Amino acid sequence: MLTRESLLNWAMITALLIVPLAAWSLDEPFIITLATKAAILALAGVGLNIALGLGGMISLGHAAFFGIGGYAMGILAAHAQNYEPLFEWPFLFEGSNQMPLIWLVAVVFSALAALVIGVLSLRTSGVYFIMITLAFGQMLYYFAISWSAYGGEDGLSIWVRNEFPGLNTLDPIQFFAIAYVILCLALVFAARLARSPFGLALAAARQNEDRVEAVGLTPFTLRLTAFVISGAITGLAGALFADLNRFVSPTMLSWHTSGEIMIFVILGGVGRLYGPVAGAALYIMLEHLLGGVSDYWQIFLGLLLLLIVLFARGGLIGALVGREKAHG
Amino acid sequence: MSLLSLQGVEASYGPAQALFGVDLEIDEGQVVALMGRNGMGKSTTIKTVCGMLAASAGRLQFDGHDLRRLPSHKIARLGIGLVPEGRRCFAPLTVEENLIAPARPGPWDFKRVAELFPRLQERRAQKAGSLSGGEQQMLTIGRALMTNPRLLILDEATEGLAPVVRQEIWSAVAHLKANAGLAILVVDKSLKELSAIADRAVILSKGSNAWSGGLEALPAETADRFLGV
Repeated sequence: MLTRESLLNWAMITALLIVPLAAWSLDEPFIITLATKAAILALAGVGLNIALGLGGMISLGHAAFFGIGGYAMGILAAHAQNYEPLFEWPFLFEGSNQMPLIWLVAVVFSALAALVIGVLSLRTSGVYFIMITLAFGQMLYYFAISWSAYGGEDGLSIWVRNEFPGLNTLDPIQFFAIAYVILCLALVFAARLARSPFGLALAAARQNEDRVEAVGLTPFTLRLTAFVISGAITGLAGALFADLNRFVSPTMLSWHTSGEIMIFVILGGVGRLYGPVAGAALYIMLEHLLGGVSDYWQIFLGLLLLLIVLFARGGLIGALVGREKAHG
Repeated sequence: MSLLSLQGVEASYGPAQALFGVDLEIDEGQVVALMGRNGMGKSTTIKTVCGMLAASAGRLQFDGHDLRRLPSHKIARLGIGLVPEGRRCFAPLTVEENLIAPARPGPWDFKRVAELFPRLQERRAQKAGSLSGGEQQMLTIGRALMTNPRLLILDEATEGLAPVVRQEIWSAVAHLKANAGLAILVVDKSLKELSAIADRAVILSKGSNAWSGGLEALPAETADRFLGV
Protein backbone atom coordinates (compact mmCIF):
# COMPACT_ATOMS: atom_id res chain seq x y z
CA MET A 1 0.00 0.00 0.00
CA LEU A 2 1.45 3.34 -1.00
CA THR A 3 0.69 5.89 1.66
CA ARG A 4 1.85 9.46 1.44
CA GLU A 5 4.58 8.61 3.87
CA SER A 6 5.93 5.73 1.83
CA LEU A 7 5.83 7.89 -1.32
CA LEU A 8 7.81 10.55 0.51
CA ASN A 9 10.23 7.90 1.74
CA TRP A 10 10.79 6.66 -1.79
CA ALA A 11 11.27 10.21 -3.01
CA MET A 12 13.88 10.91 -0.34
CA ILE A 13 15.88 7.74 -0.76
CA THR A 14 15.79 8.20 -4.56
CA ALA A 15 16.90 11.83 -4.26
CA LEU A 16 19.77 10.73 -2.07
CA LEU A 17 20.83 8.47 -4.96
CA ILE A 18 20.17 10.87 -7.84
CA VAL A 19 21.95 13.89 -6.40
CA PRO A 20 25.38 12.21 -6.15
CA LEU A 21 24.87 10.46 -9.50
CA ALA A 22 24.15 13.83 -11.11
CA ALA A 23 27.15 15.32 -9.32
CA TRP A 24 29.23 12.46 -10.61
CA SER A 25 28.25 13.08 -14.22
CA LEU A 26 28.90 16.82 -13.73
CA ASP A 27 32.24 16.00 -12.09
CA GLU A 28 31.45 17.59 -8.72
CA PRO A 29 33.09 15.23 -6.23
CA PHE A 30 32.42 17.53 -3.29
CA ILE A 31 28.66 17.10 -3.67
CA ILE A 32 29.15 13.33 -3.71
CA THR A 33 31.09 13.57 -0.47
CA LEU A 34 28.29 15.63 1.07
CA ALA A 35 25.75 12.97 0.02
CA THR A 36 27.99 10.25 1.47
CA LYS A 37 28.19 12.17 4.72
CA ALA A 38 24.40 12.50 4.76
CA ALA A 39 23.96 8.77 4.15
CA ILE A 40 26.39 7.85 6.95
CA LEU A 41 24.89 10.28 9.44
CA ALA A 42 21.43 9.02 8.47
CA LEU A 43 22.67 5.51 9.27
CA ALA A 44 23.76 6.68 12.72
CA GLY A 45 20.29 8.19 13.12
CA VAL A 46 18.60 4.98 12.01
CA GLY A 47 20.50 3.30 14.83
CA LEU A 48 19.46 5.88 17.41
CA ASN A 49 15.87 5.84 16.14
CA ILE A 50 15.54 2.17 17.12
CA ALA A 51 16.26 3.13 20.74
CA LEU A 52 14.57 6.53 20.70
CA GLY A 53 11.65 6.15 18.33
CA LEU A 54 10.76 2.52 18.75
CA GLY A 55 11.90 1.91 22.32
CA GLY A 56 11.31 5.36 23.83
CA MET A 57 14.85 5.44 25.26
CA ILE A 58 16.24 8.97 25.18
CA SER A 59 19.91 8.18 24.87
CA LEU A 60 22.28 11.11 25.00
CA GLY A 61 25.22 8.75 24.78
CA HIS A 62 25.06 7.39 21.27
CA ALA A 63 28.28 9.22 20.44
CA ALA A 64 29.93 6.47 22.48
CA PHE A 65 28.93 3.88 19.86
CA PHE A 66 29.62 6.24 16.96
CA GLY A 67 33.09 6.89 18.38
CA ILE A 68 33.80 3.24 19.17
CA GLY A 69 33.03 2.46 15.53
CA GLY A 70 35.33 5.29 14.52
CA TYR A 71 38.16 4.12 16.74
CA ALA A 72 37.70 0.52 15.57
CA MET A 73 38.43 1.78 12.08
CA GLY A 74 41.24 4.06 13.26
CA ILE A 75 43.05 1.49 15.38
CA LEU A 76 42.79 -1.39 12.92
CA ALA A 77 43.85 0.76 9.98
CA ALA A 78 46.67 2.51 11.86
CA HIS A 79 48.27 -0.82 12.75
CA ALA A 80 47.84 -2.16 9.25
CA GLN A 81 49.42 0.94 7.74
CA ASN A 82 52.33 1.15 10.19
CA TYR A 83 53.06 -2.57 10.06
CA GLU A 84 52.97 -2.75 13.86
CA PRO A 85 51.06 -5.80 15.08
CA LEU A 86 47.96 -4.95 17.14
CA PHE A 87 48.60 -8.05 19.21
CA GLU A 88 50.74 -11.16 18.90
CA TRP A 89 48.95 -13.48 21.25
CA PRO A 90 46.99 -15.79 20.85
CA PHE A 91 47.69 -15.19 17.17
CA LEU A 92 49.50 -12.53 15.23
CA PHE A 93 47.13 -9.76 14.21
CA GLU A 94 48.53 -6.81 12.32
CA GLY A 95 45.38 -4.74 12.09
CA SER A 96 43.37 -4.53 8.94
CA ASN A 97 42.54 -2.22 6.10
CA GLN A 98 39.61 -4.35 4.91
CA MET A 99 36.29 -2.62 5.46
CA PRO A 100 34.21 -5.76 6.06
CA LEU A 101 36.47 -6.84 8.92
CA ILE A 102 36.60 -3.29 10.30
CA TRP A 103 32.81 -3.08 10.20
CA LEU A 104 32.52 -6.40 12.01
CA VAL A 105 34.87 -5.22 14.75
CA ALA A 106 33.03 -1.89 14.97
CA VAL A 107 29.65 -3.60 15.26
CA VAL A 108 30.82 -6.16 17.82
CA PHE A 109 32.54 -3.63 20.06
CA SER A 110 29.78 -1.04 19.91
CA ALA A 111 27.22 -3.77 20.63
CA LEU A 112 29.27 -4.91 23.64
CA ALA A 113 29.53 -1.32 24.88
CA ALA A 114 25.78 -0.90 24.39
CA LEU A 115 25.20 -4.09 26.36
CA VAL A 116 27.25 -2.85 29.31
CA ILE A 117 25.87 0.69 29.19
CA GLY A 118 22.35 -0.64 28.64
CA VAL A 119 22.45 -3.10 31.55
CA LEU A 120 23.50 -0.31 33.89
CA SER A 121 21.42 2.56 32.58
CA LEU A 122 18.16 0.79 31.74
CA ARG A 123 17.56 0.26 35.43
CA THR A 124 16.64 3.92 35.46
CA SER A 125 14.28 5.87 33.28
CA GLY A 126 13.42 9.40 32.31
CA VAL A 127 15.95 12.09 33.07
CA TYR A 128 18.21 9.66 34.95
CA PHE A 129 18.53 7.48 31.88
CA ILE A 130 19.49 10.54 29.82
CA MET A 131 22.10 11.53 32.40
CA ILE A 132 23.62 8.06 32.76
CA THR A 133 23.95 7.54 29.01
CA LEU A 134 25.46 11.02 28.80
CA ALA A 135 27.90 10.14 31.58
CA PHE A 136 29.05 6.96 29.86
CA GLY A 137 29.54 8.82 26.62
CA GLN A 138 31.64 11.49 28.33
CA MET A 139 33.65 8.81 30.13
CA LEU A 140 34.72 7.34 26.81
CA TYR A 141 35.34 10.85 25.45
CA TYR A 142 37.80 11.69 28.22
CA PHE A 143 39.37 8.27 27.93
CA ALA A 144 40.01 8.85 24.23
CA ILE A 145 41.48 12.30 24.94
CA SER A 146 44.04 10.78 27.27
CA TRP A 147 44.75 7.72 25.12
CA SER A 148 48.01 8.96 23.68
CA ALA A 149 48.80 5.70 21.89
CA TYR A 150 46.05 6.57 19.42
CA GLY A 151 46.53 10.27 19.08
CA GLY A 152 44.89 11.49 22.28
CA GLU A 153 43.24 14.83 21.81
CA ASP A 154 44.66 15.26 18.31
CA GLY A 155 42.95 12.17 16.98
CA LEU A 156 44.26 9.66 14.52
CA SER A 157 44.70 10.19 10.79
CA ILE A 158 44.63 7.42 8.22
CA TRP A 159 46.48 8.21 5.02
CA VAL A 160 44.65 5.90 2.68
CA ARG A 161 41.00 4.96 2.87
CA ASN A 162 40.42 1.32 3.75
CA GLU A 163 39.64 -1.21 1.05
CA PHE A 164 36.54 -3.00 0.00
CA PRO A 165 36.96 -6.09 -2.23
CA GLY A 166 36.31 -5.24 -5.86
CA LEU A 167 35.84 -1.49 -5.37
CA ASN A 168 38.07 1.55 -5.44
CA THR A 169 37.02 3.22 -2.21
CA LEU A 170 39.01 6.36 -2.98
CA ASP A 171 36.63 7.09 -5.83
CA PRO A 172 33.93 9.19 -4.14
CA ILE A 173 31.03 7.66 -6.05
CA GLN A 174 32.11 4.12 -5.17
CA PHE A 175 32.49 4.94 -1.51
CA PHE A 176 29.10 6.64 -1.67
CA ALA A 177 27.65 3.42 -3.13
CA ILE A 178 28.96 1.47 -0.13
CA ALA A 179 27.43 3.91 2.38
CA TYR A 180 24.17 4.10 0.44
CA VAL A 181 23.73 0.33 0.20
CA ILE A 182 24.43 -0.08 3.92
CA LEU A 183 21.93 2.68 4.72
CA CYS A 184 19.27 0.95 2.58
CA LEU A 185 19.95 -2.40 4.24
CA ALA A 186 19.70 -0.78 7.66
CA LEU A 187 16.38 0.84 6.70
CA VAL A 188 14.99 -2.49 5.50
CA PHE A 189 16.18 -4.10 8.71
CA ALA A 190 14.67 -1.34 10.88
CA ALA A 191 11.34 -1.59 9.04
CA ARG A 192 11.20 -5.35 9.54
CA LEU A 193 12.24 -5.00 13.15
CA ALA A 194 9.44 -2.52 13.83
CA ARG A 195 6.84 -4.92 12.43
CA SER A 196 8.25 -8.06 14.07
CA PRO A 197 6.70 -9.40 17.28
CA PHE A 198 9.80 -8.07 19.05
CA GLY A 199 9.33 -4.57 17.66
CA LEU A 200 5.63 -4.57 18.48
CA ALA A 201 6.31 -5.72 22.02
CA LEU A 202 8.92 -2.98 22.34
CA ALA A 203 6.43 -0.37 21.14
CA ALA A 204 3.90 -1.77 23.58
CA ALA A 205 6.44 -1.53 26.43
CA ARG A 206 7.04 2.11 25.51
CA GLN A 207 3.34 2.68 26.00
CA ASN A 208 2.68 0.71 29.17
CA GLU A 209 5.13 -1.43 31.11
CA ASP A 210 2.66 -3.14 33.44
CA ARG A 211 0.45 -4.25 30.60
CA VAL A 212 3.41 -5.75 28.82
CA GLU A 213 4.51 -7.62 31.93
CA ALA A 214 0.98 -8.91 32.41
CA VAL A 215 1.27 -10.73 29.09
CA GLY A 216 4.59 -12.27 30.06
CA LEU A 217 7.09 -9.97 28.35
CA THR A 218 10.02 -8.27 30.08
CA PRO A 219 10.38 -4.59 29.24
CA PHE A 220 14.00 -4.58 30.45
CA THR A 221 15.07 -7.38 28.10
CA LEU A 222 13.16 -5.86 25.19
CA ARG A 223 14.78 -2.48 25.75
CA LEU A 224 18.23 -3.89 26.30
CA THR A 225 18.05 -5.87 23.05
CA ALA A 226 16.87 -2.78 21.18
CA PHE A 227 19.59 -0.67 22.78
CA VAL A 228 22.28 -3.15 21.70
CA ILE A 229 20.95 -3.28 18.12
CA SER A 230 20.73 0.50 18.12
CA GLY A 231 24.29 0.90 19.39
CA ALA A 232 25.65 -1.61 16.86
CA ILE A 233 24.12 0.26 13.90
CA THR A 234 25.39 3.61 15.17
CA GLY A 235 28.81 2.00 15.65
CA LEU A 236 28.82 0.82 12.04
CA ALA A 237 28.00 4.37 10.98
CA GLY A 238 30.94 5.57 13.09
CA ALA A 239 33.35 3.26 11.25
CA LEU A 240 32.09 4.56 7.89
CA PHE A 241 32.22 8.17 9.06
CA ALA A 242 35.83 7.79 10.16
CA ASP A 243 36.65 6.19 6.83
CA LEU A 244 34.97 9.05 4.98
CA ASN A 245 37.13 11.59 6.77
CA ARG A 246 40.12 9.26 7.01
CA PHE A 247 40.34 10.64 10.51
CA VAL A 248 39.02 9.79 13.94
CA SER A 249 39.19 12.01 17.00
CA PRO A 250 37.59 12.22 20.45
CA THR A 251 35.07 14.69 18.98
CA MET A 252 33.22 11.70 17.57
CA LEU A 253 32.67 10.58 21.18
CA SER A 254 31.61 13.93 22.62
CA TRP A 255 28.12 14.65 23.78
CA HIS A 256 27.91 17.25 21.05
CA THR A 257 27.91 14.36 18.57
CA SER A 258 25.20 12.56 20.56
CA GLY A 259 23.15 15.72 20.34
CA GLU A 260 23.68 15.99 16.60
CA ILE A 261 22.54 12.43 15.98
CA MET A 262 19.49 13.14 18.09
CA ILE A 263 18.85 16.32 16.12
CA PHE A 264 18.74 14.32 12.85
CA VAL A 265 16.13 12.06 14.35
CA ILE A 266 14.03 14.89 15.78
CA LEU A 267 14.29 17.03 12.62
CA GLY A 268 13.08 14.16 10.48
CA GLY A 269 10.53 12.83 12.95
CA VAL A 270 11.05 10.60 15.98
CA GLY A 271 9.94 7.03 15.27
CA ARG A 272 9.53 7.67 11.54
CA LEU A 273 11.51 5.07 9.68
CA TYR A 274 13.01 7.58 7.22
CA GLY A 275 13.12 10.40 9.76
CA PRO A 276 16.90 10.19 10.17
CA VAL A 277 17.36 10.30 6.38
CA ALA A 278 15.33 13.49 6.12
CA GLY A 279 17.02 14.95 9.20
CA ALA A 280 20.59 14.14 8.19
CA ALA A 281 20.06 15.34 4.62
CA LEU A 282 18.56 18.61 5.83
CA TYR A 283 21.38 19.07 8.33
CA ILE A 284 24.03 18.57 5.66
CA MET A 285 22.23 20.93 3.27
CA LEU A 286 21.93 23.62 5.93
CA GLU A 287 25.54 23.18 6.93
CA HIS A 288 26.62 23.51 3.30
CA LEU A 289 24.32 26.37 2.30
CA LEU A 290 24.31 28.43 5.48
CA GLY A 291 27.86 27.57 6.47
CA GLY A 292 28.95 29.84 3.62
CA VAL A 293 26.82 32.71 4.92
CA SER A 294 27.99 32.65 8.50
CA ASP A 295 30.15 30.66 10.86
CA TYR A 296 27.23 30.77 13.23
CA TRP A 297 24.92 28.88 10.88
CA GLN A 298 23.81 26.65 13.71
CA ILE A 299 21.70 29.52 15.01
CA PHE A 300 19.42 28.85 12.04
CA LEU A 301 19.49 25.15 12.80
CA GLY A 302 18.49 25.96 16.35
CA LEU A 303 15.60 28.09 15.12
CA LEU A 304 14.44 25.34 12.78
CA LEU A 305 14.65 22.76 15.54
CA LEU A 306 12.65 25.03 17.80
CA LEU A 307 9.97 25.48 15.15
CA ILE A 308 9.76 21.75 14.55
CA VAL A 309 9.55 20.88 18.21
CA LEU A 310 6.91 23.56 18.79
CA PHE A 311 4.77 23.22 15.69
CA ALA A 312 5.56 19.93 13.98
CA ARG A 313 5.97 17.26 16.61
CA GLY A 314 6.15 14.54 13.97
CA GLY A 315 9.23 16.24 12.50
CA LEU A 316 9.60 17.11 8.83
CA ILE A 317 7.98 13.89 7.70
CA GLY A 318 5.13 14.39 10.12
CA ALA A 319 4.64 17.94 8.84
CA LEU A 320 4.52 16.71 5.25
CA VAL A 321 2.32 13.64 5.61
CA GLY A 322 0.31 14.21 8.77
CA ARG A 323 0.57 12.55 12.13
CA GLU A 324 -1.31 9.33 11.49
CA LYS A 325 1.47 6.75 11.64
CA ALA A 326 3.51 6.42 14.80
CA HIS A 327 5.97 3.95 13.30
CA GLY A 328 6.59 1.84 10.25
CA MET B 1 -4.20 -30.91 42.97
CA SER B 2 -5.64 -27.54 42.06
CA LEU B 3 -4.19 -25.53 39.21
CA LEU B 4 -4.40 -22.32 41.22
CA SER B 5 -4.52 -22.42 44.97
CA LEU B 6 -4.74 -19.51 47.41
CA GLN B 7 -4.71 -20.16 51.13
CA GLY B 8 -5.09 -17.43 53.74
CA VAL B 9 -3.73 -14.77 51.40
CA GLU B 10 -3.29 -11.34 52.94
CA ALA B 11 -2.21 -8.18 51.17
CA SER B 12 -1.97 -4.46 51.85
CA TYR B 13 -1.70 -1.22 49.95
CA GLY B 14 0.90 0.50 52.08
CA PRO B 15 -0.56 0.73 55.58
CA ALA B 16 -4.09 -0.19 54.46
CA GLN B 17 -4.72 -3.92 54.60
CA ALA B 18 -7.09 -5.07 51.85
CA LEU B 19 -7.03 -8.88 52.04
CA PHE B 20 -7.46 -10.66 55.36
CA GLY B 21 -7.15 -14.30 54.36
CA VAL B 22 -8.56 -15.25 50.97
CA ASP B 23 -8.92 -18.92 49.98
CA LEU B 24 -9.48 -19.89 46.38
CA GLU B 25 -9.02 -23.12 44.42
CA ILE B 26 -9.37 -23.60 40.69
CA ASP B 27 -8.91 -26.93 38.96
CA GLU B 28 -7.83 -27.52 35.40
CA GLY B 29 -10.71 -26.71 33.03
CA GLN B 30 -12.90 -25.24 35.75
CA VAL B 31 -14.71 -21.90 35.66
CA VAL B 32 -14.78 -20.12 39.00
CA ALA B 33 -16.56 -16.86 39.68
CA LEU B 34 -15.05 -14.38 42.11
CA MET B 35 -17.80 -12.13 43.41
CA GLY B 36 -18.51 -9.46 45.96
CA ARG B 37 -19.43 -5.82 46.18
CA ASN B 38 -17.09 -3.01 45.22
CA GLY B 39 -14.08 -2.68 47.50
CA MET B 40 -14.31 -6.18 48.95
CA GLY B 41 -10.99 -7.36 47.48
CA LYS B 42 -11.77 -8.99 44.14
CA SER B 43 -9.35 -6.95 42.08
CA THR B 44 -6.80 -6.97 44.88
CA THR B 45 -6.93 -10.77 44.90
CA ILE B 46 -6.24 -10.79 41.19
CA LYS B 47 -3.43 -8.29 41.49
CA THR B 48 -1.86 -10.53 44.13
CA VAL B 49 -2.17 -13.60 41.91
CA CYS B 50 -0.59 -11.75 38.99
CA GLY B 51 2.29 -10.40 41.04
CA MET B 52 1.30 -6.75 40.79
CA LEU B 53 0.87 -6.59 44.54
CA ALA B 54 2.90 -8.60 47.03
CA ALA B 55 1.04 -10.92 49.38
CA SER B 56 2.06 -10.29 52.98
CA ALA B 57 0.93 -13.70 54.24
CA GLY B 58 -0.60 -16.95 53.02
CA ARG B 59 0.15 -19.45 50.24
CA LEU B 60 -0.19 -18.73 46.52
CA GLN B 61 0.50 -21.60 44.16
CA PHE B 62 0.00 -22.16 40.47
CA ASP B 63 0.65 -25.64 39.11
CA GLY B 64 2.98 -26.35 42.03
CA HIS B 65 4.94 -23.08 41.64
CA ASP B 66 5.05 -20.62 44.50
CA LEU B 67 3.83 -17.32 43.04
CA ARG B 68 4.87 -15.16 45.99
CA ARG B 69 8.23 -13.81 44.98
CA LEU B 70 7.76 -14.09 41.24
CA PRO B 71 7.64 -10.94 39.13
CA SER B 72 4.51 -10.56 37.03
CA HIS B 73 6.07 -11.44 33.67
CA LYS B 74 7.26 -14.78 35.08
CA ILE B 75 3.80 -15.47 36.47
CA ALA B 76 2.32 -14.72 33.07
CA ARG B 77 4.78 -17.13 31.50
CA LEU B 78 3.74 -19.92 33.85
CA GLY B 79 0.42 -19.76 32.04
CA ILE B 80 -1.77 -17.12 33.63
CA GLY B 81 -3.42 -14.85 31.10
CA LEU B 82 -4.89 -11.71 32.62
CA VAL B 83 -7.59 -9.65 30.98
CA PRO B 84 -7.26 -6.53 33.08
CA GLU B 85 -10.08 -4.31 34.17
CA GLY B 86 -10.86 -1.40 31.89
CA ARG B 87 -9.98 -2.82 28.45
CA ARG B 88 -6.34 -1.94 28.44
CA CYS B 89 -5.02 -2.59 24.97
CA PHE B 90 -2.00 -0.98 23.35
CA ALA B 91 -3.87 1.90 21.74
CA PRO B 92 -1.32 3.01 19.12
CA LEU B 93 -0.85 -0.53 17.76
CA THR B 94 -3.26 -2.13 15.31
CA VAL B 95 -5.50 -5.02 16.30
CA GLU B 96 -3.22 -7.54 14.66
CA GLU B 97 -0.10 -5.97 16.19
CA ASN B 98 -1.68 -6.07 19.65
CA LEU B 99 -2.18 -9.78 19.20
CA ILE B 100 1.21 -10.58 17.68
CA ALA B 101 3.27 -8.72 20.27
CA PRO B 102 2.64 -11.06 23.24
CA ALA B 103 2.16 -14.29 21.22
CA ARG B 104 3.67 -17.47 22.61
CA PRO B 105 3.52 -20.85 20.89
CA GLY B 106 0.47 -23.01 21.45
CA PRO B 107 -2.96 -23.74 20.04
CA TRP B 108 -4.03 -20.09 20.14
CA ASP B 109 -2.94 -18.02 17.18
CA PHE B 110 -4.36 -15.06 15.28
CA LYS B 111 -6.59 -17.30 13.20
CA ARG B 112 -8.18 -18.96 16.18
CA VAL B 113 -8.70 -15.69 18.02
CA ALA B 114 -10.30 -14.27 14.87
CA GLU B 115 -12.65 -17.25 14.77
CA LEU B 116 -13.67 -16.60 18.36
CA PHE B 117 -14.14 -12.87 17.70
CA PRO B 118 -14.87 -12.35 14.00
CA ARG B 119 -15.01 -8.60 14.58
CA LEU B 120 -11.28 -8.59 15.29
CA GLN B 121 -10.70 -10.14 11.88
CA GLU B 122 -12.67 -7.29 10.28
CA ARG B 123 -10.71 -4.69 12.22
CA ARG B 124 -7.30 -6.29 12.04
CA ALA B 125 -5.54 -3.27 10.48
CA GLN B 126 -7.31 -0.70 12.63
CA LYS B 127 -5.63 1.06 15.56
CA ALA B 128 -6.77 -0.45 18.86
CA GLY B 129 -7.46 3.01 20.26
CA SER B 130 -10.13 3.58 17.61
CA LEU B 131 -12.14 0.47 18.47
CA SER B 132 -15.41 0.50 20.38
CA GLY B 133 -15.37 -0.55 24.03
CA GLY B 134 -16.68 -4.01 23.26
CA GLU B 135 -14.14 -4.56 20.51
CA GLN B 136 -11.35 -3.43 22.79
CA GLN B 137 -12.56 -5.93 25.36
CA MET B 138 -12.52 -8.69 22.76
CA LEU B 139 -9.02 -7.60 21.83
CA THR B 140 -7.73 -7.79 25.41
CA ILE B 141 -9.26 -11.25 25.77
CA GLY B 142 -7.68 -12.23 22.46
CA ARG B 143 -4.37 -10.82 23.59
CA ALA B 144 -4.46 -12.90 26.77
CA LEU B 145 -5.33 -16.00 24.73
CA MET B 146 -2.39 -15.38 22.40
CA THR B 147 -0.07 -16.02 25.36
CA ASN B 148 -1.60 -19.52 25.41
CA PRO B 149 -2.48 -19.55 29.10
CA ARG B 150 -3.80 -22.43 31.18
CA LEU B 151 -5.72 -20.07 33.40
CA LEU B 152 -7.54 -17.07 32.00
CA ILE B 153 -8.48 -14.32 34.43
CA LEU B 154 -11.27 -11.98 33.37
CA ASP B 155 -11.46 -8.92 35.58
CA GLU B 156 -14.79 -7.15 35.06
CA ALA B 157 -14.78 -8.05 31.39
CA THR B 158 -18.35 -7.00 30.73
CA GLU B 159 -18.44 -3.86 32.83
CA GLY B 160 -19.81 -0.82 31.05
CA LEU B 161 -20.63 -2.62 27.82
CA ALA B 162 -23.89 -2.61 25.87
CA PRO B 163 -26.12 -5.63 26.58
CA VAL B 164 -25.63 -7.04 23.06
CA VAL B 165 -21.88 -6.85 23.40
CA ARG B 166 -21.97 -8.38 26.89
CA GLN B 167 -23.86 -11.29 25.42
CA GLU B 168 -21.14 -11.72 22.81
CA ILE B 169 -18.46 -11.79 25.50
CA TRP B 170 -20.41 -14.26 27.62
CA SER B 171 -20.95 -16.60 24.70
CA ALA B 172 -17.23 -16.41 23.92
CA VAL B 173 -16.47 -17.37 27.53
CA ALA B 174 -18.95 -20.25 27.28
CA HIS B 175 -17.29 -21.33 24.06
CA LEU B 176 -13.89 -21.24 25.76
CA LYS B 177 -15.20 -23.36 28.62
CA ALA B 178 -16.73 -25.92 26.29
CA ASN B 179 -13.95 -26.16 23.72
CA ALA B 180 -10.64 -24.90 25.00
CA GLY B 181 -10.28 -26.75 28.29
CA LEU B 182 -9.06 -23.54 29.90
CA ALA B 183 -9.46 -22.81 33.58
CA ILE B 184 -11.17 -19.44 33.89
CA LEU B 185 -11.45 -17.12 36.86
CA VAL B 186 -14.21 -14.58 36.25
CA VAL B 187 -14.71 -11.45 38.26
CA ASP B 188 -18.10 -10.05 37.47
CA LYS B 189 -21.35 -8.80 38.93
CA SER B 190 -23.85 -10.45 36.59
CA LEU B 191 -25.23 -13.20 38.76
CA LYS B 192 -27.48 -14.55 36.02
CA GLU B 193 -24.73 -15.12 33.46
CA LEU B 194 -22.30 -16.41 36.06
CA SER B 195 -24.87 -18.95 37.31
CA ALA B 196 -25.06 -20.35 33.80
CA ILE B 197 -21.35 -20.68 33.32
CA ALA B 198 -19.46 -20.97 36.62
CA ASP B 199 -18.79 -24.35 38.22
CA ARG B 200 -18.27 -22.65 41.55
CA ALA B 201 -18.29 -19.20 43.07
CA VAL B 202 -16.32 -17.53 45.81
CA ILE B 203 -17.85 -14.46 47.41
CA LEU B 204 -15.55 -12.03 49.16
CA SER B 205 -16.54 -9.61 51.85
CA LYS B 206 -14.19 -7.17 53.56
CA GLY B 207 -11.13 -8.92 52.19
CA SER B 208 -11.90 -12.51 53.11
CA ASN B 209 -14.12 -15.41 52.04
CA ALA B 210 -17.77 -14.94 52.93
CA TRP B 211 -19.28 -17.84 51.01
CA SER B 212 -18.29 -20.42 48.43
CA GLY B 213 -20.03 -23.17 46.52
CA GLY B 214 -22.12 -23.78 43.43
CA LEU B 215 -24.18 -20.75 42.47
CA GLU B 216 -27.35 -22.84 42.12
CA ALA B 217 -27.09 -23.39 45.89
CA LEU B 218 -26.61 -19.71 46.71
CA PRO B 219 -29.26 -18.73 49.24
CA ALA B 220 -31.21 -15.61 48.37
CA GLU B 221 -30.41 -13.89 51.65
CA THR B 222 -26.66 -14.54 51.18
CA ALA B 223 -26.85 -13.06 47.70
CA ASP B 224 -28.71 -10.11 49.08
CA ARG B 225 -26.27 -9.58 51.89
CA PHE B 226 -22.98 -9.91 50.02
CA LEU B 227 -23.84 -9.00 46.47
CA GLY B 228 -26.51 -6.43 47.06
CA VAL B 229 -28.74 -7.67 44.29
